[in-house]
Amino acid sequence: MANSLAREFTKGLWQEIPPFRLVLGLCPTLAVTNSAINGLAMGMATIFVLFFSNVLVSFIRRTISSQVRIPAYVVIIATLVTVADMFLAAVFPQISKALGPYIPLIVVNCIILGRAEAFAQKNSVLPTAADTLGIGTGFILSLTLMGGIREVLGFGSIFGVKLLGEWFEPWIIMILPAGAFLVFGGLVALVNYISSRKAAKAAEAAQAAHGM
Amino acid sequence: MELILIFISAALVNNFVLAYFLGICPFVGVSNKTENALNMGLATTFVMTLTAAATWPIYYYILVPFNVPFLQYVAFIIIIAALVQFVEMYIRKASPSLYRALGIFLPLITTNCAVLGLALFMVLREYGFIESIIFGFATGVGFTLAIVMMSGIREELEFADIPKPFQGVSITLIIAGMMALAFMGFAGLIRG
Repeated sequence: MANSLAREFTKGLWQEIPPFRLVLGLCPTLAVTNSAINGLAMGMATIFVLFFSNVLVSFIRRTISSQVRIPAYVVIIATLVTVADMFLAAVFPQISKALGPYIPLIVVNCIILGRAEAFAQKNSVLPTAADTLGIGTGFILSLTLMGGIREVLGFGSIFGVKLLGEWFEPWIIMILPAGAFLVFGGLVALVNYISSRKAAKAAEAAQAAHGM
Repeated sequence: MELILIFISAALVNNFVLAYFLGICPFVGVSNKTENALNMGLATTFVMTLTAAATWPIYYYILVPFNVPFLQYVAFIIIIAALVQFVEMYIRKASPSLYRALGIFLPLITTNCAVLGLALFMVLREYGFIESIIFGFATGVGFTLAIVMMSGIREELEFADIPKPFQGVSITLIIAGMMALAFMGFAGLIRG
């Protein structure tokens, strides 16, 4: 039991890491990652909504008839997003301001509805919790990584701490929209490359074992 | 004059796809053929214009007077979902051939974040009713422009020799980055 829960959790970290593998939730991934802290905050807000909405969906999966399930999910998600939005505005007004309309846009983040459709409505509460926490953590890592790369190249700092000296000429393009597309495209290619290397190695090993 | 500025700003300068990253999912997902891209763009433009026309009165005549603007996310997404459903039913009755051509793209418009984003920006920028409709239409035009251009480039790309890891999503995003750079050139058209 514990073993399978751990597997549900870890698959979100690499095998199905959301923006790179599932290619879902691209809008926030690109829009708010001009600094590491913004990426982190967006990831946190998303995991909150993802976790609670999917656990709730899993709870009521037998009560809701399948014809009206999508509107029901959407209402659950929209309500939780409202909660997250008000919480951020009250406690971290600065972050709330920086993220702007992208917090309410979590409502249409395909990862959340996608997980509800693909996982939560078919599984009981515990595996759903593990699955969403894994996917959510993968999402936070990806956003923070994107934000970190763009912040280092665009401002020469990370989490607001100056990293590179005076000699560094910031790449303005990295904090502009174009930079987001370029960094993300590059990272997707990197993930593809690493996994094709891994697959090739696995195939080689299998062949070697076969040959013996 | 004000209306023309709103139109140019939403369609070109602050293109939703290339400057605000809204509607990236269909932009990447449905841009492999020009014909599909154009149909998707037109259907989205239609829904966007209707969304602007429907959400504005509901926000200003229902949510604001009853002092519940915090319900806007729930209200907007329900309106959009209902609208898409309605448009789907109407097209199926009125023009079955168009309905078949659009196929699965039609219901997917509900989860196009550009549509919800449009309603949110409309409230945020305090547009009037007419301005909102122009804004909705212009956003749709901008979306259509971006997705059709992208599909044209991707059709050519099929003959290009791309390194393996970059194939598919990766190269599409890098091209989008270059398009975003090119669209920055429009910034000189208006101020602010």
